[in-house]
Amino acid sequence: MAAPLLSVEDLRVEFGVDRNVFPAVDGVSFAVDRGATLGIVGESGCGKSVTSLAIMRLVSVPPGRYAGGAIRFDGQDLLRLPESRMRALRGGRMGMIFQEPMTSLNPVYTCGDQIVESLKVHSDLSARAARDRAIELLDLVRLPSPAKRVDDYPHQLSGGQRQRVMIALALANDPDLLIADEPTTALDVTIQAQILELMKDLQDRTGTAILLITHDLGVVAETCDEVVVMYAGTVVEQAPTAALFGDPQHPYTVGLMAAVPRIDVAADRLATIEGSVPPPWQVLAGCRFASRCPLADDRCRNEPPPLRAIAPAHRVACWHAPIDGAAA
Amino acid sequence: MIETIVNRLLLSIPVLLGVLILGFVLVQVAPGDPARVLAGPMAPPEVVATIRERMGLDDPIVVQFMRYMGRLMQGDLGRSLISNKTVISELGAAIGPTVELMFACLIWSIPAGIAMGTLAAVWRGSLVDRVIMAFSVAGVSLPIFFICLVLIQYLGVKWQLLPFIGRGGPLWTVDGLRHIALPALSLGLIFIGPVARMTRSSVLEVLRLDHVRTARAKGLSERAVILRHGLRNALIPVITLIGLQAGYLLGGAVVTETIFSYPGIGRLAVGAILSADFPLTQGAILVLALAFILINMIVDILYALLDPRVQKK
Repeated sequence: MAAPLLSVEDLRVEFGVDRNVFPAVDGVSFAVDRGATLGIVGESGCGKSVTSLAIMRLVSVPPGRYAGGAIRFDGQDLLRLPESRMRALRGGRMGMIFQEPMTSLNPVYTCGDQIVESLKVHSDLSARAARDRAIELLDLVRLPSPAKRVDDYPHQLSGGQRQRVMIALALANDPDLLIADEPTTALDVTIQAQILELMKDLQDRTGTAILLITHDLGVVAETCDEVVVMYAGTVVEQAPTAALFGDPQHPYTVGLMAAVPRIDVAADRLATIEGSVPPPWQVLAGCRFASRCPLADDRCRNEPPPLRAIAPAHRVACWHAPIDGAAA
Repeated sequence: MIETIVNRLLLSIPVLLGVLILGFVLVQVAPGDPARVLAGPMAPPEVVATIRERMGLDDPIVVQFMRYMGRLMQGDLGRSLISNKTVISELGAAIGPTVELMFACLIWSIPAGIAMGTLAAVWRGSLVDRVIMAFSVAGVSLPIFFICLVLIQYLGVKWQLLPFIGRGGPLWTVDGLRHIALPALSLGLIFIGPVARMTRSSVLEVLRLDHVRTARAKGLSERAVILRHGLRNALIPVITLIGLQAGYLLGGAVVTETIFSYPGIGRLAVGAILSADFPLTQGAILVLALAFILINMIVDILYALLDPRVQKK
């Protein structure tokens, strides 16, 4: 088997100063193969965004700190790369799309200028050629009348159109890896579907690997080959999409799936997971999910469960796994 | 863009009218009798009374104002009571030096203020930041006359580096530059402070925004991120502040010109007020108001140039 394009190994990112240091990401590992799509799911504050920023090495230091582990991209450890080589990767072989299309583009430059800027950093295209390429990219992301839109300012576009521009920007230099941090969260549902479809289609054409960060299980089911479920800064379950949805093993994953409203089942109340995520500065001896877990016992509260394989490619961090008859 | 300029010009007409009324009334209520000034302190009361009548000073104030406006429409601002030259020629001679002083002050203080604010923001919390901010607080808090006097004492009197009396000639001559250096330095020092502070907080605010993260994710160098995506956006509120401060600057120019015996509008206005030379006072007020309106218009245009969202409305 070929080495994965991206592999994150035991990554630990801390925040804070002096004595108030806490880990936002604590021992996270996963890998993304060339051309594949990996989803990272979890609720707000579970560390998924920090993980994605860490891969681009865009966590602001301080207050952040890369406290351990490695991020290997095509063999080189990004955490040890000099800043100039890291810059060449950012926007070059690694592109990133953010959650907020409304604010992620600079309001004082035209969409075209912002794409051209990225092209010029990473290649020596002439102004003319860069502009043509920008129009081509806007066409690729199916922005209507790209030759006119290229001179529009972001405020003249809708949210969905701006996210298309962001995708064009991220894809400008044919990246090997596209990191999408909640790319559809701020958009309304019909636009969400269009954007996801666009990303899948572009992946088929360009062979880009995608790391998709989301809290939306529906999005994961539609787009990802493999899923990593994160909880309070750690990976609690990792499996191919079909296995995860067919046979979720971690009580947290089970709870997440039960919380998705279903159109075919009448319910007065939506299922929820009792309690809330422990704050990252709270020191816990055992499993971080124990306080909310229906299966928790003394061992769970005192000993952190390691991530272990219960089937090929299916790994769970739970003392009770494999659980049988878990309902999805 | 042209529409914006025309709109602004039309809007400035009522402002100007207000200034004219206010200026006229202020001069009326101020102590000092113009007829007495014209006649001289030794003149007998009959002579003063005759002059009063000839100048129409006994007419109701509304009639006087209408007469003043009527003359103004024909471009006649009257004659100075002291020098007997036309007010237009007096103002004309003083306007050039004041414009030079403003230019000499702004040309160094705006870039310096913006650069200092940006450096302070980039190295936030460092020694550089603290020194720049201390300097800027001093600039804001110290009265302009004090700054002028300190500069005169050291650069002018003790070390004799620069002249500090009068104007040496046009700005493009060496003597002109030497003479304008101290007034422009003093005036600029009070201007730098607010500009640096505003730039600092504005840059800090912009650097936290999402689009700056996008710029970093594109692989831009930190310098390009700060200059092209930080400072460029941060300048918008700074320009507004510069427009507001310009009024303060005109006031500062009055003090600065007086202290340095610099023959500009400010000194002319002070002289005219102190000698109860009311046609000249009104003329100076008119010119200062026009300058203020003009500066604000330039700011509005710059604003539209810097922020595309303003233009399209």
